Amino acid sequence: MSQTVIHLIMVFGVLGVMMSIAAGLIWVERRLLGLWQDRYGPNRVGPLGMLQPLADVIKILAKEDWVPPFADRPVFTLAPAIVVITVLLVFAVMPFAPGIVVADLNIGVLYFLAMSSLGVYSVALGGWASGNKYSLIGALRASAQMISYEVFMGLSIMGVVMMSGSFDLRRIVEAQRGLWYIVPQFIGFAVFLVAGVAETHRLPFDLPEAESELVAGFHSEYSGMKFGLFFVGEYLGITLISMLITTLFLGGWYGPVLPPVVWFFIKTFFFIGFFILLRAALPRPRYDQLIRIGWKLMLPLSLLNIVVTGGIMLAAR
Amino acid sequence: MNAGNGSVIDELKERFGAGAVTAQQTKDGVPTAWVGKGIAYDVLNYLKMASGRRFRMLYDLTAIDERVRRHREGQPESDFTVVYHLLSYDSNEDVRIKTGLTEGESIRSVTGIWPAANWYEREVWDMFGVGFEGHPHLRRILMPPTWKGHPLRKDHPARATEMGPFRLPEEKSMEEQEAMRFHPEDWGLAPGGEDTDYMFLNLGPHHPGTHGLLRIILALDGEEIVDSVVDIGFHHRGAEKMGERQSWHTYIPYTDRIDYLAGVLNNLPYVLAVEKLAGIEVPDRVKVIRIMLSELFRIESHLVWYGTFAQDLGALSPVFYTFYDRERMFEIIEAVCGGRMHPGWFRIGGVAQDLPKGWDGLVRGFLDWLPSRLAEYDSIIMKNSLFKARTKGVGAYTLSEAMEWGVTGPNLRACGFEWDWRKKRPYGGYDWFDFEIPTAREGDCYGRAVVRVEEIRQSMRIVEQCLKNMPAGDHKSRHPLAAPPLKPRTMQDIETLIDHFLGVSWGPVIPAGEAAAGVEGAKGNNSYYLVSDGSTVSYRTRIRTPSFPHMQTLPMLVKGLNIPDLIAILGSIDFILADIDR
Repeated sequence: MSQTVIHLIMVFGVLGVMMSIAAGLIWVERRLLGLWQDRYGPNRVGPLGMLQPLADVIKILAKEDWVPPFADRPVFTLAPAIVVITVLLVFAVMPFAPGIVVADLNIGVLYFLAMSSLGVYSVALGGWASGNKYSLIGALRASAQMISYEVFMGLSIMGVVMMSGSFDLRRIVEAQRGLWYIVPQFIGFAVFLVAGVAETHRLPFDLPEAESELVAGFHSEYSGMKFGLFFVGEYLGITLISMLITTLFLGGWYGPVLPPVVWFFIKTFFFIGFFILLRAALPRPRYDQLIRIGWKLMLPLSLLNIVVTGGIMLAAR
Repeated sequence: MNAGNGSVIDELKERFGAGAVTAQQTKDGVPTAWVGKGIAYDVLNYLKMASGRRFRMLYDLTAIDERVRRHREGQPESDFTVVYHLLSYDSNEDVRIKTGLTEGESIRSVTGIWPAANWYEREVWDMFGVGFEGHPHLRRILMPPTWKGHPLRKDHPARATEMGPFRLPEEKSMEEQEAMRFHPEDWGLAPGGEDTDYMFLNLGPHHPGTHGLLRIILALDGEEIVDSVVDIGFHHRGAEKMGERQSWHTYIPYTDRIDYLAGVLNNLPYVLAVEKLAGIEVPDRVKVIRIMLSELFRIESHLVWYGTFAQDLGALSPVFYTFYDRERMFEIIEAVCGGRMHPGWFRIGGVAQDLPKGWDGLVRGFLDWLPSRLAEYDSIIMKNSLFKARTKGVGAYTLSEAMEWGVTGPNLRACGFEWDWRKKRPYGGYDWFDFEIPTAREGDCYGRAVVRVEEIRQSMRIVEQCLKNMPAGDHKSRHPLAAPPLKPRTMQDIETLIDHFLGVSWGPVIPAGEAAAGVEGAKGNNSYYLVSDGSTVSYRTRIRTPSFPHMQTLPMLVKGLNIPDLIAILGSIDFILADIDR
């Protein structure tokens, strides 16, 4: 009985924390961008504008829930939910600290890869169901981008899996007690980072949205809370990728003095900040250039990483 | 401007017979010749292909409705005159060829000689109803397809109060709706390839990448652009028609709004043209003030382009930085002119006011501020490898293509050709200044960017020289057509008082004649061709803008590329919709 209660607390606790982070990131991102772009950002609602996300949510919920007449209604409605659900489900296997995890799954890495692959349905279906040419192009770009980047995203983690000997995220963290994997697996880390940006389609890999080219890409026709869900999904995605980088390459919760969960979030927020800085700093590559980087640079790099890691491990045995 | 007045005319007379060519005197000294409709095509073809002077560029093509003009002594009979303005790079001279047509007559198209004639001829058809035989796709360009009449004809009403109340009955509404239905064939587009149907994408009129109301119809195969058509005219405000009802002075603020990023740079060619017509010489101080403000606006225009171009390529931050610099520049403009984007501050024969106290400190502050910022933009934009990957080798034209299509300004110089009117035909005092003409070789998006960035630095050099060498003196010419007579004199004699009264109530009466003046604008060569009929308003105001021919090159540049390249090219050619549509 008490076990169930603890589980329930854990489930809703993680859900609550994640949704709060996703909402809070709206403020963090806009303030950081403001800082880097010589302007203020939101500073009116609440202290330092921190209640801006609340105002946004109230506004977005109060908006007319409009579906364009030319859209495929059921799919159009379903699509934004998919991205939020699939990302939220991954947090179930995330080890925040010793003992703080919803489900200690021994195939956590595979589970994450599976869920993130499902996430593309959201963008592809949303763009297709909108019945808009810009959305369609955005959706096609998203699908091609995901297919290309998913391949070496999986491969880039294999080095970590080989070294730790496990697909279990908790075991991977524990294996980094002495040395974080960012040192021996630096190539894997770099490739995973790039793939992560592509996976969350953030600048410079925001081609499915590409504001200056495709208006708003796959979510051109979305408004109200449906649009809001895509937004939340994007911020959850950033959080997820940052947490995974922390878990897989930066020793998860390990760190001196401060409690483990604090260390986990410090590392996570460092990478979230990095993601936002990327958005402030870089232009966007062209579609074919993006795909070329994926197949011609990232894929060989991650394969090389696996071969070298395997070779060294064999030699060391 | 003209190497040996009349020499081109003599050459034409020799070639086509003295009877076939009638010379006309103009106030700007550009050799102007009337030729019959029958030989116009041959004359133009000769001037481009066979003449030693090689008029490679069709600088402008327009028309004049002559039907109510009073002062046209010595000119052949004509209802509508088609005016071809040609430019030779080899001998740095112009020639103007005119052909008179009667009502309802059409003339042979010159699209076969200059591809750039395509849009110009469509504009003449749209505005005057003059037809062009053999034109590949003669349809309205600035006005909507359902428009009745040809606006620049003298009998077309100029404003709503002359037209009776607007009504939109059901059938007219349906007709307008029907006209919006898209048929690829109407635009000269194929509906599909051998085994594919193309997807037609309406990029615009409202689109974040088009910088205004511009519609580009793309025939897409996947994301590849198979064909494209540019639909303009959404920003048309009838600026040329307004010139026919505003007095010479009150038209100045309208010119600001043509290339709305370049403010007083638009006033300059207009006032220069009027000054040519009226024979006004301006004091030295006026010249230097005008040049200083023009260069400041050139910097401003390029800064806006810099930031928005980076934004087109997905870099979100630079636009905030460059707009901040632009605000610093506007501090000077506010102090000097009182306005910002549209100061309307130049006057015929001078400028509106003298420079305010402390202007030199403001200018100095701006000149000290900008260089470190430009260095920073170099590192975050120009040296960024993603930026290079997006712009190098994209959207290139060769020098000869650029000349054929009437490309001017930074876009022409990006092809490696050092052609800048500030050097080649120093107008308004530019020969006093020391500066260089930046060029690039490739003619691609990156080359165009390189030229503009360097132009900002050269313009700063000019502004610095203005700051150091500002002459003393009047800020206005004392010419009676330019400024009211001095107040003490009006109290002494009735003639001056009458001059004052007429100048203030009517505005000046500019002597009859024709003159064009061109300047090196921020986007390219900008000219005003004015016809005065000896009245308080212009008889015909022709505005030759650089963006119009630049936009015409777009379908050629984007063929075979994809949408992101299209956006990069649009950003790199630096157009202003108001400058295209006028």
